[in-house]
Amino acid sequence: MATETLTAKDFSTDQEVRWCPGCGDYSILAQVQKIMPGIGVPKENIVIISGIGCSSRFPYYMNVYGMHSIHGRATAIATGLKASRPELSVWIVTGDGDSLSIGGNHTIHILRRNLDVNIMLFNNQIYGLTKGQYSPTSEEHKITKSTPYGSIDHPFNPLALALGADGSFIARSMDRDPKHLQAMLNRSHQHHGTSFLEIYQNCNIFNDGAFEIFTEKKSKPDETIFLEQGKPLVFGTENDKGIRIDGLKPVVVNLQDGFSKDDLWIHDETDFYKAQVLTRMFDSPHIEGHFPRPFGVFYETQRPCYEDIMLMQIEEAIAKKGKGNLDQLLRGKDIWEIA
Amino acid sequence: MNTDETILKDVVIKFAGDSGDGMQFTGSQFTENTALMGIDLATFPDFPAEIRAPLGTVPGVSGFQLRFSSDPVYTPGDLCDVLVAMNAAALKVNLRGLKFGAKIIANKDGFDAKNLRLAKYADGVNPLEDGSLDGYEVIEMDVTRMTREALKEFSTLGTKEKDRAKNMFVLGFLYWMYNRKLENTIKFIQQKFKNKTDILESNLAVLKAGYHYGDTTETFTSRYKVEKAKLPPGKYRSIMGNQALVYGLIAASQKSGLPLFLGTYPITPASDILHELSKNKSFGIRTFQAEDEIAGISAAIGASYGGNLGVTSTSGPGLALKSEALGLAVMLEIPLIVIDVQRGGPSTGLPTKTEQSDLLQAYYGRNGECPLPVIASSTPSDCFYAVFEAVRIAVQHMTPVIFLSDGYIANGAEPWRFPQTDDLPEIEVHFQKKLPEGSDQFLPYLRDDKLVRNWVVPGTPGLEHRIGGLEKEDITGNVSYDTNNHQHMVKTRQAKVDYIAQSIPLQKLDSGPEKGKVLVLGWGSTYGAIKSASLDLQSEGHAVSHAHLRYLRPFPSNLGEILKNFDHVLIPEINNGQLIKIIRDQFLIDAHGYHKIMGIPITRTELVDEIRKWL
Ligand SMILES: Cc1ncc(C[n+]2csc(CCOP(=O)(O)OP(=O)(O)O)c2C)c(N)n1
Ligand code: SF4
Ligand SMILES: [Mg+2]
Repeated sequence: MATETLTAKDFSTDQEVRWCPGCGDYSILAQVQKIMPGIGVPKENIVIISGIGCSSRFPYYMNVYGMHSIHGRATAIATGLKASRPELSVWIVTGDGDSLSIGGNHTIHILRRNLDVNIMLFNNQIYGLTKGQYSPTSEEHKITKSTPYGSIDHPFNPLALALGADGSFIARSMDRDPKHLQAMLNRSHQHHGTSFLEIYQNCNIFNDGAFEIFTEKKSKPDETIFLEQGKPLVFGTENDKGIRIDGLKPVVVNLQDGFSKDDLWIHDETDFYKAQVLTRMFDSPHIEGHFPRPFGVFYETQRPCYEDIMLMQIEEAIAKKGKGNLDQLLRGKDIWEIA
Repeated sequence: MNTDETILKDVVIKFAGDSGDGMQFTGSQFTENTALMGIDLATFPDFPAEIRAPLGTVPGVSGFQLRFSSDPVYTPGDLCDVLVAMNAAALKVNLRGLKFGAKIIANKDGFDAKNLRLAKYADGVNPLEDGSLDGYEVIEMDVTRMTREALKEFSTLGTKEKDRAKNMFVLGFLYWMYNRKLENTIKFIQQKFKNKTDILESNLAVLKAGYHYGDTTETFTSRYKVEKAKLPPGKYRSIMGNQALVYGLIAASQKSGLPLFLGTYPITPASDILHELSKNKSFGIRTFQAEDEIAGISAAIGASYGGNLGVTSTSGPGLALKSEALGLAVMLEIPLIVIDVQRGGPSTGLPTKTEQSDLLQAYYGRNGECPLPVIASSTPSDCFYAVFEAVRIAVQHMTPVIFLSDGYIANGAEPWRFPQTDDLPEIEVHFQKKLPEGSDQFLPYLRDDKLVRNWVVPGTPGLEHRIGGLEKEDITGNVSYDTNNHQHMVKTRQAKVDYIAQSIPLQKLDSGPEKGKVLVLGWGSTYGAIKSASLDLQSEGHAVSHAHLRYLRPFPSNLGEILKNFDHVLIPEINNGQLIKIIRDQFLIDAHGYHKIMGIPITRTELVDEIRKWL
């Protein structure tokens, strides 16, 4: 089926969507359905694999091939599928618990191997499906069902973790900014390698407002910074603030204080060192002098994909030895005959 | 000088020394040489779990037992005729495994004060001197000294490197003693050390020195010969269990047209499956060394979902990790081969020792009602055919299959009359490519008369659908929490596996009368011991029969009938009683068990004694 003629509707299924009303997952689903007709992949070649969690219900609502698998293992299943069927467009849907707790190991390993798949991490900083325990991205001191005295766990910084695992594409977006989310989904798809897209997702039942400060009109301009390739790091209601780089440290400056845009840090997605600094702009928005939270593509680099090298080795082996011959294999080197 | 040649029927040799002494290498070279002579054989390598256990100590002893005979061989032998003991510890460990009067070839240098102390002999005691070996034929050889002597011209090699060739001296001597040619080993050494001339030359020199030592010393007046075995005519090679298993997988991949994908994590004694498959990329094989066993099976599931032959290989601890994903494969109803090369358990247990440890785990070790077929191989070469059959069942019945081997089979070797590709059956695979005539909705869980659903892989236009681990609605495959549907689906998945009994051969007796006093029922690596014990007792005129199960779940449909034909059913196992539980449960018979849980195979002799109790 030619994809150009399809619309978002062609990617929805007859299954009743079972997320809580108001859940951020709805918006993410809508944006994925919107971009799918335009990515240039025949519908039958798109596969969505998820783990377990509210977010991992996703495949049931997408009219493509899909597997709702087991908790934490979507990345590993996707690895086997992509490695053996490189022509498929493989998307992984996972939650913060799914990908960073139970599936943490598989997450770092898929990143270092760099299979050409797209990871959409629905981060709501809570375990939604199991009804509200803290997650590995929940902030310290958080009161949840399992932490009535406050969480004593130090949270993960997902993007810093992904970069630390040598992820080749690192980006962040949010459920409440459809345009930006669509753009990031498209970029994820275009990247040849493992794309790691963290999506801030509101769980209005168990962790309502976790990202409010970044998503609400009132605070968004001052609390977020949208990264654009080749552009200076400017933010603020009046576009009056910026980030300068001072040695190895980012500094927030006021453009009315004698700084011009030329003094600011120019975003370069290909700069690994700058990407490290950007992922570390992760302090709590509730402390004095904190950084705005970056959104956009932090880092992109091209390096060989696992499945391509795997195939190359097979082709090289065939070129060198010829296609495997079963009779030769069974016969081996030394035989004897009994008459 | 004159030497007599004595014709022997059957010889059991044990090569034993430090794990650094190269006993596994010596044993396998002698095995290869024996096989090429057309003599029947069976081997039992037995090595410590540590790569370099403390030198000279009892736990550090590595052994390789080989039995060869002009008669058919089913086991590596209960007791040895010849022991090669490279040091005192090797003698200490193996003495009780010797026949009275056996030859002991002792490396004198390995019995010095230090080695005796390390082997924990009492102060001043040397078994070579204190008369404790009276009744054995002890041949003392100063292997170290003679090896160094043979290498005195090799100035580039240090003493340590020279001493490493000691095992070649012993091998050369044994080749002389059993009237063998050196060619296969010379060829092997030339290949192995082709880039290290001095090592190559020194090994050859010592091998030949060992051979000539037999020739020139006055001490040895007889040489031995074992005639060719009377095996069925044909072309033979020597094969090890894990190797046969890999060839079986490759053959099944070729015969089904499904590309093979292995997702796995290294673990003894299964790792050689990964090594061997990785070598054979020219068959289009993809091997994936995952971050853990869960990722291994998950990747294999992903590959199967994509239309490959997904395989994962492991041992007991790894199978435990794979349980949840196996449940997913049962729900998805896709083909998958899960290989468990069993070892002593529980936990890390005895990594290098054999045990039939995981039958119950394979049967029941998952959450929920989670039936799947279980198949076991019984000898090294049987792995080839049994795994081929496992693949057939997996793809034709759309189900994961657990394949059980064990350490003893995996590392054991035997002659194999290998098949030709054309003799192997095709494995028919069907992918659904489009909607059936007149229907406008794809129904992923629609079943055929064998209760099997269709395999539809991503990339097939118009059949996009979703599957997963949540309970499925019958036929549509939609998520369903309906109470009646769950009951129906649980029963259906069970019936689907039960139905496989119709596509497998009826159980046959391996030997013995159809009806009689005792049926010895076995599975897996006890095959050889049960076979020899049964044949022995039959030749004494006893009504003993032997049946050996390849299909453990479901059982062949006539198994119940067979069991009824005997007064007693004896089930020997290398575990604390696993098959016996299942047999008692399914057939309500008072089967007797015999359980040896020592990390070593059951012997023919002990089995004969055990069977006699029921005659
Ligand atoms: C092996 C296993 N352990 C635990 C669970 C229970 N469980 C299901 S989802 C989940 C956490 C989900 O959190 P997250 O990944 O953040 O997804 P969300 O529901 O927030 O989208 C847990 C603990 C399970 N299904 N399987
Ligand atoms: S519990 Fe939270 S994450 Fe889950 S569906 Fe409801 S709102 Fe969404
Ligand atoms: Mg969550």
